[in-house]
Amino acid sequence: MRIDCPNCGTRDRREFYYQGAAVALERPAPDAGAEVWDAYLHLRENPAGRTRDLWQHDGGCGVWLVVTRDTATHEIFEVTRASDVAEGAR
Amino acid sequence: MANLKSRTPCGDLLPLEIGSARLEETDPGHLTVLSELGREGALAAALSQAHGLDWPRPGRATGKEGNRCLWFGHREVLLAGPAPDAALSEKGAVTDVTDGWASVILSGPGAEDVLARLIPVDLRRPAFKMGHSARSLLQHMPVSITRIGADRFLLLAFRSMATTLVHDLKQAMEVVATRA
Repeated sequence: MRIDCPNCGTRDRREFYYQGAAVALERPAPDAGAEVWDAYLHLRENPAGRTRDLWQHDGGCGVWLVVTRDTATHEIFEVTRASDVAEGAR
Repeated sequence: MANLKSRTPCGDLLPLEIGSARLEETDPGHLTVLSELGREGALAAALSQAHGLDWPRPGRATGKEGNRCLWFGHREVLLAGPAPDAALSEKGAVTDVTDGWASVILSGPGAEDVLARLIPVDLRRPAFKMGHSARSLLQHMPVSITRIGADRFLLLAFRSMATTLVHDLKQAMEVVATRA
């Protein structure tokens, strides 16, 4: 599997650290309630198909990335800098 | 106070010459990480004015021996050579990392073959030309690689891993020499 880093170009998977589902970008409001916070902290989808994850190019430029990929085929659809995604959401 | 001798990161492990590749330690001078804070372009302008260096784009290096600037990661560059001008710290984050890195030069006709065994990036000349610079892994070790000549590469690794760096390169140099 190879990931197309926006800074470095296409690089081997071994250069990347996998963090998990890209939920950190959708942090609930402090007063959202116990159930919403419980889901945010503990509940994750486990799809056989399209998923959206946070990766870090720690063996390269260090950038955090939001990667949309298919867990069944390993196809990668989209790679975006997490900072760009966060700015876009603001 | 006793007069202490300073030791280089690789000490007496280098230089090494095996087959058609040569590995030597180099003293790059001051190493300073520069990162923009706030207004984009302000630190780049200060760097150009104080040191006559262009801010490198991702994957590139500017300047020459003794006064170099390497792209060093996401929104970071490394000034190698001069002590940073005081004007720089008014425009961005300036961090001295001189003692944190080991610098070696791998050269010779076999250099590309040696690196091909260790680094998962295409470093052959058509893909990685003079002035190209990359951050990647050498085995499991984070490194910065810059082509500084037709068959000359500048490699930077964490100082604490200098012995491993030399060991891994030596092993690859021996294998390349055996197969030549």
